[in-house]
Amino acid sequence: MLEIKDIFAKAGDKEILKNLNLSVKPGEVHAIMGPNGSGKSTMGNLLAGMPHVTATSGSVTYQGKDLLQMEPEDRAAEGVFLAFQYPVEIPGVNNMYFLRTAYNAQRKHRGEENLDSASFLRMVKEKIKQLHMSDDLLKRPVNVGFSGGEKKRNEVFQMAVLEPNLAIMDETDSGLDIDALRVVADGVNQLRSPDRSFIIITHYQRLLDYIEPDFVHVLVDGQIVKSGTKKLALELEEQGYGWLEN
Amino acid sequence: MSELNTNVVENQLVRERASQRYKEGFVTDIKSITIPPGLNEDTIRLISKKKNEPEWLLEYRLNAYRHWLTMPTPDWAKLKVPEIDFQAISYYSSPETKAANAPKSLDEVDPRILETYEKLGVPLHERERLAGVVAVDAVFDSVSVGTTFRKELAEVGVIFCSFSEAVKDHPEIVKKYLSTVVSARDNYFAALNAAVFSDGSFVYIPKGVRCPMELSTYFRINANHTGQFERTLIVAEAGSYVSYLEGCTAPMRDENQLHAAVVELVAMDDATIKYSTVQNWYPGDENGVGGIYNFVTKRGNCLGKNSKISWTQVETGSAITWKYPSCILRGDNSSGEFYSVALTNNYQQADTGTKMIHIGKNTKSTIITKGISVGKSQNSYRGIVRVAKGADNARNFSQCDSLLIGKECGAHTFPYTESANMTATLEHEATTSKISEDQMNYCLQRGIPEEEAISLIVDGFCKQVFKELPMEFAVEAKALLDVSLEGAIG
Repeated sequence: MLEIKDIFAKAGDKEILKNLNLSVKPGEVHAIMGPNGSGKSTMGNLLAGMPHVTATSGSVTYQGKDLLQMEPEDRAAEGVFLAFQYPVEIPGVNNMYFLRTAYNAQRKHRGEENLDSASFLRMVKEKIKQLHMSDDLLKRPVNVGFSGGEKKRNEVFQMAVLEPNLAIMDETDSGLDIDALRVVADGVNQLRSPDRSFIIITHYQRLLDYIEPDFVHVLVDGQIVKSGTKKLALELEEQGYGWLEN
Repeated sequence: MSELNTNVVENQLVRERASQRYKEGFVTDIKSITIPPGLNEDTIRLISKKKNEPEWLLEYRLNAYRHWLTMPTPDWAKLKVPEIDFQAISYYSSPETKAANAPKSLDEVDPRILETYEKLGVPLHERERLAGVVAVDAVFDSVSVGTTFRKELAEVGVIFCSFSEAVKDHPEIVKKYLSTVVSARDNYFAALNAAVFSDGSFVYIPKGVRCPMELSTYFRINANHTGQFERTLIVAEAGSYVSYLEGCTAPMRDENQLHAAVVELVAMDDATIKYSTVQNWYPGDENGVGGIYNFVTKRGNCLGKNSKISWTQVETGSAITWKYPSCILRGDNSSGEFYSVALTNNYQQADTGTKMIHIGKNTKSTIITKGISVGKSQNSYRGIVRVAKGADNARNFSQCDSLLIGKECGAHTFPYTESANMTATLEHEATTSKISEDQMNYCLQRGIPEEEAISLIVDGFCKQVFKELPMEFAVEAKALLDVSLEGAIG
């Protein structure tokens, strides 16, 4: 699914990722943990093709393609989804209209016909029900006046509609109370499937109580310093990141 | 209409629209009788004679003309207006068919003209359109070529006809209201219009009648080297309601053509007039060659108690737009609204806004404007809110937002307030923004390409205004913005 090899990358002028390596197979859930400023979000932004992050060397192969050569909207259409740490407000554009535009743009990229409004509406209503979220999410303008929790829920909802192959969740758990955390985790768990992979970026072990990862990696100063199973996350929780640096 | 249906219609229209930059830019190959260029008293006598006008109207025209000669061209707007050679313009042009001048029924209208309107998406046959029934007055160059649904409207006492016919058939109403809102000496272009106006629409809604359908006028300039000087008068008697729409287009030409219109609205006690415009005159090409000079005076008089006049405009066309639809809030408790989207691209210039003149007590006005500047264009909001001494408890809320796309365009806001009454409440908000990189990235990450993302964000920016438009117009307006935004990136 995804092969990150010897990546060095800058965010703006600053070198953040330094020799990052990661391999993700279909169906796997990888948790990326690490202290502030270790490069977790930069990694997510690099994969999504956000313009302020540039790779200076190394390669990223996604489904056999050179991901770094692809435009961000093409990556999205090929199934790369980034749940943003700070979802953006778009005043006046209702969520459903936004999603339908995204959905049909992705279909167009794949050479598929637009899904008509009626079928789209049926589909999103079904999804929102499955996720135990409220219908009024559809009518409200994208993230405008949303609470922190609502914004994160909206990201999960969008992910459910767009059905990506590789979903990157950038600190989706930060700022959530326990109920919101459950809703978000529940959404992710529902979407787990043998052909869908997740990269879950988080500060805290807490989220991993709800989303069980196959692998946990610790990112320090732009590279993965330790990998393991869920047990690693628990050890980290107990001993802090300092334990790894020594 | 449900959101679902709106979306279907929307997609269809947007697709059609996207296929061509300015699809209204064609010329109808039809012989016209165009009077020679030039402007003097004889020109005015000739126009008046062609229209078989009564003596009083000729006098009105000549007085306006004589006054116009003494007036300087206005230069206060933030516009660079090349000198207009008024002697090079022809002031009257009509299609050369017998029926064109006074068509008795639509069957007599030249099929090429019917075809023109069909092509413009304004079919003149009387059938239900997508959003229901809309009656249309079609003005082609200097004449009205047909008005639909007149019989049905007449049954409830609504008069909807061309201005020329109104002069013939309802002279008492025309005489009573003509120039009561915009005097023939009001300003340079209004005076010019009063001197040479050709056709336009006339609407009269009798007491207590809610007009059973939307009324609309579609203005089309076809002939070259001509100007269009239409005049519209809408009178809503006590307790009546009317929603009126206008649309405008012109062929693509290298020359600049002048359009100087006057619109007067009068609302009596408890009457409501809703006036919507989608202005899509040819804007000129990407180098700023050609396009319509649009100098328009629009004003409504809320004469009666509790009367209401609401202006909604979407301005995407014209090389130059100079336009300030205004309300005189004379009746107690009357209210005025102005909702505007003005988009300029390439070398277009727009200086547009409103005047809200509070005279009656407890009068209320709302101003919501959205200016979008793209390319090398200049876009200004100019507005006055004036509260007279006796206008106790007057209230105004103004919100003027500008969106800049690119680095070479300009947005300007000139809001003026003058209050002579301590009890007035005036609120003004203004923002200028750019499409943020974060918004763009968010859209891209969801798979929405840049051009579509811009149109999505701009559409959202304009939502407050679009929702004031009748459904069909809102769809048209959105599609129009998409086309006008073309080339916004790069």
